[in-house]
Amino acid sequence: MTSTDTHRAIDAVWRIESARLIAGLARIVRDVGVAEELAQDALVVALERWPESGVPDNPGAWLMATAKHRAIDLFRRNKLLQRKHEELGRELKTQQETAVANFDTANDDDIGDDLLRLVFISCHPVLSTDGRVSLTLRLLGGLTTQEIARAFLVPEPTVAQRIVRAKRTLTEARVPFEVPRGPDLAARLSSVLEVIYLIFNEGYSATAGEDWMRPALCEDALRLGRVLAGLVPNEPEVHGLVALMEIQASRARARVGPAGEPILLLDQDRTRWDQLLIHRGLAALQRAEELGGALGPYALQAAIAACHARARTAAETDWQRIAALYDALAQLMPSPIVELNRAVALAMAFGPAAGLELIDTLASEPSLKAYHLLPSVRGDFLFKLGRFAEAQPEFERAASLTRNARERELLLDRARACAGGPTQPGPR
Amino acid sequence: MRFMMLVKHAENLSGPPPKELMEAMAKLSEEAVKAGTLIDSGGLAPTAMSTRVRLSLGQVAAIDGPFTEAKEVVGGYAVFELKSKTEAIEGALRFMELHKKHWPGWEGETEIRQVFGPEDFPPRP
Repeated sequence: MTSTDTHRAIDAVWRIESARLIAGLARIVRDVGVAEELAQDALVVALERWPESGVPDNPGAWLMATAKHRAIDLFRRNKLLQRKHEELGRELKTQQETAVANFDTANDDDIGDDLLRLVFISCHPVLSTDGRVSLTLRLLGGLTTQEIARAFLVPEPTVAQRIVRAKRTLTEARVPFEVPRGPDLAARLSSVLEVIYLIFNEGYSATAGEDWMRPALCEDALRLGRVLAGLVPNEPEVHGLVALMEIQASRARARVGPAGEPILLLDQDRTRWDQLLIHRGLAALQRAEELGGALGPYALQAAIAACHARARTAAETDWQRIAALYDALAQLMPSPIVELNRAVALAMAFGPAAGLELIDTLASEPSLKAYHLLPSVRGDFLFKLGRFAEAQPEFERAASLTRNARERELLLDRARACAGGPTQPGPR
Repeated sequence: MRFMMLVKHAENLSGPPPKELMEAMAKLSEEAVKAGTLIDSGGLAPTAMSTRVRLSLGQVAAIDGPFTEAKEVVGGYAVFELKSKTEAIEGALRFMELHKKHWPGWEGETEIRQVFGPEDFPPRP
């Protein structure tokens, strides 16, 4: 292996092992920031040694043993943490010889518990949303600061600062490294799901920049969701979220045209949908339903996505069922965005006039004032009703509100189609 | 990035894989499922139960197995979603190490093939 090969191999090992490594260390040192630094230190040692010695047979165990030795050094230097030092000393003494074997055969439940604690602490409510997202991708996704910065189109120092601040906040707030129990669990779990879905959405419909999608970020979120489903297999909403992401991701290939332009759901070539992901998504949805979670917010959204996934052509879509599911969603978590989507479903199920009636009740909604989809959807209804003169300014307004360059082009196309009147071919 | 791993080996194996190997592979798969990376996998029936439909010299013909002329055949596959090809190589190394450890004398290979995704078709100007 050349040194470049070794460095690539180390990157891969890091990606595979870092979350478990940091999680295991955090249990010992009780501080996520310190745990990550120790893991990074071990990585630096690997970068120095492996090009000479080759990648060890069990790289994860090697990194863990190295990091634990670093931890001992750290505690020796820090007399204030004498007690922890002894604790760790005892643990190391008993584990030292068998550390390599142990890491491999350690009870899966232990590793699972450590990982789960790391998930909950990374998405802790004391942290800002940016802090939660950055910390989750860094500690659980194994992404570098640079990769996170690139994914979110922000400068690298900004991400580095968010991570430093988040780690400091956790230390200062003395957030315990534990899995929440009892009534806390539901609230904390929903914070975790929110962070994962936020990461997915940033990849799925990039809010800014030239690209319509950043697939790598979707894959990171899916991976995190699947990990979480394995850690808490009896939580229906986790399966609901995984189902939602799998089904949405199944359309990735079909929702970008040859010139990079977005293609809307109903215009997509469904033969390009990824049947493997659809199959996984439907199975996850079934799991959520079997666990009694059919009416959870993510499971409901997944059920809506599943209606589209099951329809072989756009015309076969069961819009009445979708409208009913949106109705249930609107009762569960009333929001103008849900109402907007419900309006679309109503229009498809019962005609554009039914949709327009609902959407006009949203016109004064302050939270939708700058939301491009409101005028975009209203424009669509008006267009379908043949009211082109009214539709045109709606599309133009939507174009002026979106931050996505590709979407803006699409909306301006539709505005131009209105100007041409009914003799023009309809937009995609 | 999506990868398909094709595991190839001589068709006429000396008996079924050792129990230890089956257990170790099951554990590795379970870990990969838990890590969210393994999204599909399967073992393939022997070529004696298989058929090739081949176009050659302008003729389409169905040829039933076994395909004795083939030195190695695909015995199984797995589909992974990973961050990089090196992550795929690392996974394949671990998989083959299990064979080395639990099935002395076995020879074969894991071929790593990337499955193209949307990011591999850059927009045309």
